[in-house]
Amino acid sequence: MSEKLMVKGTEAIAEAAIRAGCRNYFGYPITPQSELAEYMSRRLPQVGGIFLQAESEVAAVNMVYGAASTGKRVMTSTSSPGFSLMQEGISYIAAAQLPCVFVNVVRGGPGLGDIQPAQSDYFQATKGGGHGDYKLIVLAPSTLQEAVDLTYLAFDLADEYRNPVLILADGMIGQMMEPVEFPELRDLSTLPKHEWALTGCKGREPNKVTSFNIDPYKLEEMNKECQKKYQKIMEGERRSENYMIEDAEYLLVAHGTMARITKTVIREARSKGIKVGLFRPITLWPYPYEELSKLSENVRFILTVEMSVGQMVEDVKLAVNGKTDVFFYGRTAGVIPTPNEILERFEQLIRMVKV
Amino acid sequence: MNKTVFLKKPQTLSKKEFTYCPGCHHGIVHRLIAEVIDELGIREKTIVVAPVGCSVFAYEFFDLDGTVAPHGRAPAVATGMKRALPDRIVFTYQGDGDLAAIGTAEIIHAANRGENITTIFINNAIYGMTGGQMAPTSLIGMKTTTTPYGRNSKNDGYPIHVCEMLKNMKGVAYLERLTVSSPQEVIKAKKSIKKAFETQINGLGFSLIEVLSTCPTNWGMTPMEAIKWLKDNMVKEFPLGVFVDKTKGVI
Repeated sequence: MSEKLMVKGTEAIAEAAIRAGCRNYFGYPITPQSELAEYMSRRLPQVGGIFLQAESEVAAVNMVYGAASTGKRVMTSTSSPGFSLMQEGISYIAAAQLPCVFVNVVRGGPGLGDIQPAQSDYFQATKGGGHGDYKLIVLAPSTLQEAVDLTYLAFDLADEYRNPVLILADGMIGQMMEPVEFPELRDLSTLPKHEWALTGCKGREPNKVTSFNIDPYKLEEMNKECQKKYQKIMEGERRSENYMIEDAEYLLVAHGTMARITKTVIREARSKGIKVGLFRPITLWPYPYEELSKLSENVRFILTVEMSVGQMVEDVKLAVNGKTDVFFYGRTAGVIPTPNEILERFEQLIRMVKV
Repeated sequence: MNKTVFLKKPQTLSKKEFTYCPGCHHGIVHRLIAEVIDELGIREKTIVVAPVGCSVFAYEFFDLDGTVAPHGRAPAVATGMKRALPDRIVFTYQGDGDLAAIGTAEIIHAANRGENITTIFINNAIYGMTGGQMAPTSLIGMKTTTTPYGRNSKNDGYPIHVCEMLKNMKGVAYLERLTVSSPQEVIKAKKSIKKAFETQINGLGFSLIEVLSTCPTNWGMTPMEAIKWLKDNMVKEFPLGVFVDKTKGVI
C-alpha cells in the first residue's frame, strides 16, 4: 500500500482496475491509450483474468455487455473516435442496468481529429452520447493518483447502482508519468454477488437482462426506475474540489488536466494580488450544481476554462443561473491552453468587468 | 404415439406463447433447440442471446437465462459471456439481416476466434420484423418492399452465402445448412442442432446451424406455397449440407 511507483497514466488506470477486482477486459487499439490494453494483455493472465482484443470498438462494447451481464467486473478503454463507436452498446448497457467501467482518454476531434489531449467529448460523456434517456456516472481525474483512486471507486459505484461508470481522462492524463500509490488487491470473494446476473438458472427462475420492452407503459416503468436511481446518484455522489476559494473574488472552473493547469494560473494571479480560486468538478455527472451555485454568490465573475470550444460552460451557466457573469476560455483540436494565455484572458476580463 | 409426444412442451420453452406468423419456421426451430437442451440436461447452465428482428422475443420464449443483444452484435455479447463463464453453454439465435448484414463483422470474428459458442442462424431471405425489406440473402429477382422491381445484382449485389464464407475459418468446428420443411428434415435438423451444442459442450470451437426458413407473410404466400418456394428456389441458391465437422471421433 505505502509503496510509490512511477507509472504512466494508462497503466495506472489498468493496474487500479485489476486491484479493484476487474478480471475481464475487452478492447481495441487506439492512440493515445493503447498502452492500457497492452498492460492488460500482460497483467490479466497473471491474475487469472481474461484479455481479448476485439475486432472493433463495436464488438468490444458488446463483449463488455456480455461479461457484465454475468455479474463479473469488466472494463474497456478507448479514445474519442472509438468511444463514439461504443455509444450504441453503452445505451443498451445503461438501459439493461449493467455495471461496468469505461475509460475514454479524450483526443482532439471531431472526426479523426488528432491524437493530442482534449476535453471535447464532455457533451457525449455527460448528456447521453447514445440514444434514449440514460446517464453514465462520469469521473474526471486531474492527477494520476486521482485516476487510480477514481478507477478503484468506479467499480464499486458501478456495482452499487447497477450503472456504467466512465473515467473521462484526456491524452495528458493517459500519457504522462507520476508516482502513485496503488490500493490493495481486492479479494474477489468479497465482491458483491448479483442476484440478477445471467449464470444459468440453476435452482431459480430464469433471469432476463434486457433494455427492451415492446409495451410503452412497461418501458416507461423501466425508465422511471432508472430515473429514480439517477436521482439517488445526483443526491449522493456529487464530488468536487475547492482550491483557494476562502477569500476568492473571482472563480475559475475547470476539470481534469485543465484544472491542473488552472492551479498554476491561480498561484500566479495571487502573486499579483488577485484573489481568485478554483472550482473543480470531479464528477461531471452528477454535476455538482449546488456546490457551484453557492460559490457563485460570492464572486464577481466566473471564468470557465476547457480544452474545447465550450462544453462544460453550459453546466456552469445552469449552476450559476444568472447569479454572476460566466465567461469562457478554451482551445480546441488538442491544443492545450498555457497558464500565460489563461491569465492574460482573465486579467482582460477583470479590466472589462470593472468598466 | 406422435400425439402424446407433441402434447408435452419441452421444459426449456417458457409458458409464453409464440408471436410468430402461421407457417413461419421460427417456432419449429425454437422447439427443436428446447428439446435438445432438455435432452442434454443443460437447461440450468445455458444462456440464450436473442437478436433484433422477429425472434427478439426468443429471450422470453426460452425458459433460460437470457438477454437481447443490439442488432447484429449477439456473437460479441455471447463472447463476453462465454469468456466470463467458460463452463456455461451460450448460444445466439439470429436472423439473416442481423447476422449477415449489420452483424457480419461480429459473426466472422467470433467464428474465426473459434469462440466456443453455438449460433442458430435463421435464413428466410428477408427482413421480417420491419416488414419485408431486402435481406443480404434475398435471391436475385426477389421482390421485397425495398426491391419492388426485384433484387438486381447490378444495384444490390448478390445473396451472401454465410456457410461458404465461414467454412475456411480454422476456428469453426461444426457448420451445417439445413431446412425444417418436412417431417424428415425436422428430425434430421434436431440431430444437427444437438451436434452443434455437443460441439460446444466438448469445447471444440465455434458451431453454427443455418436453417433455410420461410416467411409466408412477407413473401406473400400461404405456408404451403412458401415451403414449395423454399425447396424450389432457396435450396438451389443455398445448397444444403455439412460444411465443417470436427466432431468425428469426439461425439
